[in-house]
Amino acid sequence: MALINESFFSAEGLEKRLAGKKFWKVMMTEYWIPKDINFLWAMGVVLATTFSILIVSGIFLLMYYKPDTALAFDSVNYTIMQEVSYGWLFRHMHGVAASVVFLIIYIHMFTGIYYGSYKKGREMIWISGMLLFVTFSAEGFSGYMLPWGQMSYWAAAVITNLFAGGSLEAWGLVEWIRGGFTVGDATLTRFFMLHVFLIPLVIIGVIVLHFYTLRIPHVNNQTSEDIDYDAEAEKYLAGNKKESKVIPFWPVFLSKDFAVLGIFFIFYFYLVFFNYDFAMDPVNFDPANSMKTPTHIYPEWYFLWSYETLRGPFFDMLGMKAGDIGLMIFALAQVIFVVFPFLDRDPDVLPAHKRPRFFIWFWIMILDLLVLSVYGKLPPLGANSLVGFVATGLFLLLWVSLPFITKADAKARGAL
Amino acid sequence: MRELKVLAILVFFTGILYWGVEPYAHSQMHKHVEPADFTFSDIKDVRDGKVGNVAAGKSLIVDQFQCQSCHSMTVDGKKIGASMNLGVVTPDLTTAGLIYNEKFLAAFIANPAKASHVAHKMVDGKTHPMTSFDLNYDGTFGDDDAQGVADIVAFLKSIAPKEITNKEAFSAACQRCHGAKYGDFRFDGTKSSMSAKTPDASILKYMGTIPPDLSQMIRSRGHEYLEEFINEPAKHLEGTAMPRVGLNQEAQEQVVAYLEEIGDSSKDKRAELGPKFLGYLVIFALFAWLWKAKIWRHIH
Repeated sequence: MALINESFFSAEGLEKRLAGKKFWKVMMTEYWIPKDINFLWAMGVVLATTFSILIVSGIFLLMYYKPDTALAFDSVNYTIMQEVSYGWLFRHMHGVAASVVFLIIYIHMFTGIYYGSYKKGREMIWISGMLLFVTFSAEGFSGYMLPWGQMSYWAAAVITNLFAGGSLEAWGLVEWIRGGFTVGDATLTRFFMLHVFLIPLVIIGVIVLHFYTLRIPHVNNQTSEDIDYDAEAEKYLAGNKKESKVIPFWPVFLSKDFAVLGIFFIFYFYLVFFNYDFAMDPVNFDPANSMKTPTHIYPEWYFLWSYETLRGPFFDMLGMKAGDIGLMIFALAQVIFVVFPFLDRDPDVLPAHKRPRFFIWFWIMILDLLVLSVYGKLPPLGANSLVGFVATGLFLLLWVSLPFITKADAKARGAL
Repeated sequence: MRELKVLAILVFFTGILYWGVEPYAHSQMHKHVEPADFTFSDIKDVRDGKVGNVAAGKSLIVDQFQCQSCHSMTVDGKKIGASMNLGVVTPDLTTAGLIYNEKFLAAFIANPAKASHVAHKMVDGKTHPMTSFDLNYDGTFGDDDAQGVADIVAFLKSIAPKEITNKEAFSAACQRCHGAKYGDFRFDGTKSSMSAKTPDASILKYMGTIPPDLSQMIRSRGHEYLEEFINEPAKHLEGTAMPRVGLNQEAQEQVVAYLEEIGDSSKDKRAELGPKFLGYLVIFALFAWLWKAKIWRHIH
């Protein structure tokens, strides 16, 4: 190591020790992003911002929240919502951001799928991203329990029940998760710990991993063109900014992100102030009551599609109970997106509109997830059950067909 | 332009999703009922055209103890009678003439179980703690009873205050069975002045259930549901133990207003801060776009 003689207490000395300028270059001014992008490329920064909102509002809520079944409901609905200055604002921001963050995650995810940004060197970006989806889901579920309303309690009861594995009857596991035979105080305090400590810690770690996996392979672009970053960066640095196919992360890429953020903030804060019921279900303003099951139990909207795959198979078949089949499909639905890069057999990186069969697959998948989401909320009666069953079957079929469809596209293009 | 096309697709699918899981799903999950009927058109006016006489009503109540043996009320500044726990604490009648629909009040005096739609609960020897009005004990509701009811209603209207606070309306109409602890929240666990007046044990025996605290009903049920429900509980909850209360429109609005005051006290602050917040963000977005345009001018 080169010994540093400049004083520790000088700007120059500090720079020598920390190499801030170099770090700034690597992370900001010479972190190259393709120029050919649209506003969907801003979703990462929108997500990072929304996550920051969740952390900051969460810290304020944490100052008054009481993780105790006797106190939790009133600490949220009386103390925070009515007594603490702007407590209502922080709670609305937290509740709505928790919902909106999933909307952006889905957009971010399907942007990646559409433009093929998960393969040929970008697999780790995809996998770390899906890890974030899973950890955010756990964070959302654990947080939903904290106000200790009716939906908090019953969602906790229903979801922890799933760990019994249907006919496996692994009740020991369920009790271990709950800290008791039923959902109660021990359940609330441990999910409180998970929500405010362990899961956020893991999320922050995985976000760092996600950024790291992104830094070297670079992000994809609208035409999925393979860019020679060194050559294009040279052009840019030489002043041929208009010719170069790349832009630096700061200030060029981020200036666009901020512009998108401006629009996003208007949308988000409109929801915070004027339209929040979708994220803060009215039923959850009834205090938890283990003796009174709500008429309809449903998860938050972002879990509805996978919840519907759980309910989809409503009759016994293939010698298995309906509930067991549903549970298996549900478990599969939680993890199947992780292996997307390996189910796609097309060797080329191309946007979906350049892969005709995959293009159709993509939009059918979107429509199927929409149908699953809507029917996941409706009471499973009559024709609703049938729609759920068909949509669940289609969901499975889509995954089975993915390798064949992507291969067929490649063959038609002559790439295989 | 491609960006706008992408945005249109995004807005379209997000809109469909929102519509499906919110307005559409809720329209499928919740029963549609007729709006609140403050004319109580299903109730026949038992007074049958008889004109009430205040003095005669006063005589019935004050001198003949028709009501004050079980009910308290303030007459000429003096409190008479006493409330008692007959399974549920009996109401003070001072405000009855102000908060109840007149026709409902008359029908209730004539036959409480029938008017309040709890006749289905009065089985297996159970009877409504308040007896049906029958002046000459002949077992029928005759002309004399119709005149008596008209007189009592006229008298109750004469002693009622001209106006009461939202809290008083809530207290008179709901608090015998329901608490609203956020109206007077006690962190130390001492009894709140806004807890139900009837002790839990008696009400459990009387109703078969402990009526819920109403502190958060404004958030959990919302205006529309509360308006329909308070006017006629059976519309939304068939077979409910809750009686029809018979509030007139003004009193019911006061009750809902009280629930909003204690259950959603930040509503006004939300309404005030929201537009300012959004206004600021529009300015922020404008400057962000201008800055973006300035930087990207050298790029394209």
